[in-house]
Amino acid sequence: MDIANGLRKWLDDRFGWHEIRAFVEHKTVPLHRYSYWYFLGGMTLFLFVIQVLTGILLLLYYRPSANEAYESVQYIMTQVRFGWLIRSIHSWSANLMVFTAVAHMFSVFFLKSYRKPRELTWLSGMLLLFLVLGFGFSGYLLPWNTLSVFATKVGTDIPGQIPVVGKWILVFLRGGEDVTGATLTRFFGFHVALLPGIATLMIGLHLLLVQRFGMSVPPSVEEEWKTKPPEQREMRFFPNFLLRELMAWYVALAVLGGLAALKPWELGTKADLFASAPPGIRPEWYFMFMFQTLRMLPAKVGFIDGELLGVLCFGAAFLVWTLLPFFDPGRPGRLQRLITGIGAFALAYVAVMTVYAYVAK
Amino acid sequence: MLDGIITCSEQALHSAARVALHAFVFSILLLTVPTLDAQAKNSCLDCHSKLDAPLGVKEEQFSSSIHAQKGMNCTICHGGDPSSDDMERAMSKAAGFKGHIERAQIPSLCAKCHSDAAYMRGFDPLLRTDQFSEYQTSMHGKLLVKGDTRVAVCTDCHSMHNIRPPNDPQSSVYPVNVAQTCAHCHADQNYMKPYKIPINQFALYSTSVHHEALTVQGDLSAPTCSTCHGSHGASPPGVASVQNICSTCHVFQAQLFNSGPHKDVFSAMGLPGCITCHSNHGIQHPTDAMIGTGHGAVCTNCHTEGDVGYTAAGTMHDELGKLNDAIHRSDEILSRAEKAGMEVGEAKLALAAAQDNLTKARVTIHSVRPEAVDQEIEAGLKVTDNTWQEGLSAMAELKYRREGLLVSIAAIVLVLIALGLFVRRMESGQTGVSKESRQ
Repeated sequence: MDIANGLRKWLDDRFGWHEIRAFVEHKTVPLHRYSYWYFLGGMTLFLFVIQVLTGILLLLYYRPSANEAYESVQYIMTQVRFGWLIRSIHSWSANLMVFTAVAHMFSVFFLKSYRKPRELTWLSGMLLLFLVLGFGFSGYLLPWNTLSVFATKVGTDIPGQIPVVGKWILVFLRGGEDVTGATLTRFFGFHVALLPGIATLMIGLHLLLVQRFGMSVPPSVEEEWKTKPPEQREMRFFPNFLLRELMAWYVALAVLGGLAALKPWELGTKADLFASAPPGIRPEWYFMFMFQTLRMLPAKVGFIDGELLGVLCFGAAFLVWTLLPFFDPGRPGRLQRLITGIGAFALAYVAVMTVYAYVAK
Repeated sequence: MLDGIITCSEQALHSAARVALHAFVFSILLLTVPTLDAQAKNSCLDCHSKLDAPLGVKEEQFSSSIHAQKGMNCTICHGGDPSSDDMERAMSKAAGFKGHIERAQIPSLCAKCHSDAAYMRGFDPLLRTDQFSEYQTSMHGKLLVKGDTRVAVCTDCHSMHNIRPPNDPQSSVYPVNVAQTCAHCHADQNYMKPYKIPINQFALYSTSVHHEALTVQGDLSAPTCSTCHGSHGASPPGVASVQNICSTCHVFQAQLFNSGPHKDVFSAMGLPGCITCHSNHGIQHPTDAMIGTGHGAVCTNCHTEGDVGYTAAGTMHDELGKLNDAIHRSDEILSRAEKAGMEVGEAKLALAAAQDNLTKARVTIHSVRPEAVDQEIEAGLKVTDNTWQEGLSAMAELKYRREGLLVSIAAIVLVLIALGLFVRRMESGQTGVSKESRQ
């Protein structure tokens, strides 16, 4: 007991432990009918931590060269004790992370949590979502199997369509004109150094902003609380909310374990750069709505190339979506209803096109 | 001064206009000359394109021929003067007109150019010029010399006025079309009656593995009639040379056959090598049933129970079956493991090596030496033993993973229950702390 008190005093003297504890004890989460959506952010963070931990373990054996990448992943899957589990959890949690990040974004959108003063929180969250997609795209190539190499060819062709800078982006991403071993090395660098570095900074900023501005309360609940102040309720973050979040993380862990054991992530066949593209080349599911849209566009729309038009439209849509808080008036009205409608359409479009892409093959 | 400048300018303008006019006229002439040449008069086609067979020659037919494309016209074979509209003059003897060319004259007429190496080099230095000399050694050529004009001459296979190069898919001698071209005569019962030779070659060939490779798989190097019989020197291969023909593609089988005891025995018995077991035109995909003593085995055509060959055939058949079964057994368990999500790529790759051993053993059969076959079989069985073990390990690992998952899920459920109970207990004891009102 004396040791514990001594340690507490030692920390208090140096880091202001007392203040930190007081802060944590006083931190609360608004309690209302939509509170469960607050779990999504924490869930995404939990999956990111899983990614980092499993990624570090994979790094112990993975070799980032065209000659060795596939074999090293095969070695991890077959020879390394629990290597199959680590790799499968890494791959499955990456996919679940994209899902929870997108779900978190839409929940923030529909609960209008991006309103003043949380514009920068939204902006940092959007940048984090793009980083997560970047993680997915760069990580997909690393096993160096047939599907990943050809999907990367298709994927890097898309930014190559952008006028003026497209070619430069393509060469920068590929490390040359074509997808080769140089692309693999480059993507490995993005995946394990560049993106994690930026993502860690962005997560720090995002959490800081969430802390600074607190959890947003949806406008409808806010109105109700204004008219009936006694109904305004809160939950202590520590330990009440955190323990619930912990339970959700345990559920996620069980889901990950189940997926990894029952459906280990496939390795496929080693990529052969001289072979022709096999049928059924497609990106990861979260890029499928864009892939399907570009596939459905005609070769020419008026005087402009169909694919280029698609790329430009998606680019513009993502830009507008990222800058959404600056368009939203922040109060109920026609424009806000229109923005909500556009958001609902975007969600429906992504869902329908993703399903259609798998059905249409 | 100004007048002078204007006069100078006018002069310069005038001479420039004159130069431009000359250039224009010259360029018109340049453009017109090839056009005039390309549309050189051919009075032969003017008339014969309007006639019916056998004198009719359609303009599009002739223009698609290699001869027309190389700038030749009717005179190259028929002589005459195509520049004249006067029929008498165009087809006059003085102009070298030949008219109808007798079948017996066709090979020598074609050879006038096609055997002239210096002349043919001008069109394609790689073109052969030995077709006529080969033709003279062929059955067709020999019979033609004897006065049989029913035999094939150049135009029967290559057509007459619309001859296309052999690499043109529409050519009658394009690899895929050769068998049909030969069958035109050789499958015609009435036409072949005087020669007293079978007419079922094309029917048999159409069922063969070679025909499938050529027409279904699109392998243009797969054998057709001319591959074994020759084209211009076409004749049936003799008993002694059959094996040489097959060995041009099936090299290892031929080497093994030559090194084995069958070579001399077949030779002594007058048996034609490969086709003794595999037949000729209707060669089917070989199966393991062909070797051995069971139904469909070709060995029992000569060997009888009790002789050395009979025993050897049975042994080799059993050995092949042993490896084949082992490969299937391994493949089955590895596929089951793979379907369940296990990574068995390396084992599957190793199994491909066992399949190679089986293929080599099947080829080694041609040496009819059971010990040589056994060598490959043993090598293959060693591989399948390993792959089978790997399959078993994969299935055991799969079971272990599922049991591990069950234990993990049970542990997680227990933790969740404990956490749930803890939260409930904590919140019931802390009313007003966990769900407190701001007011």
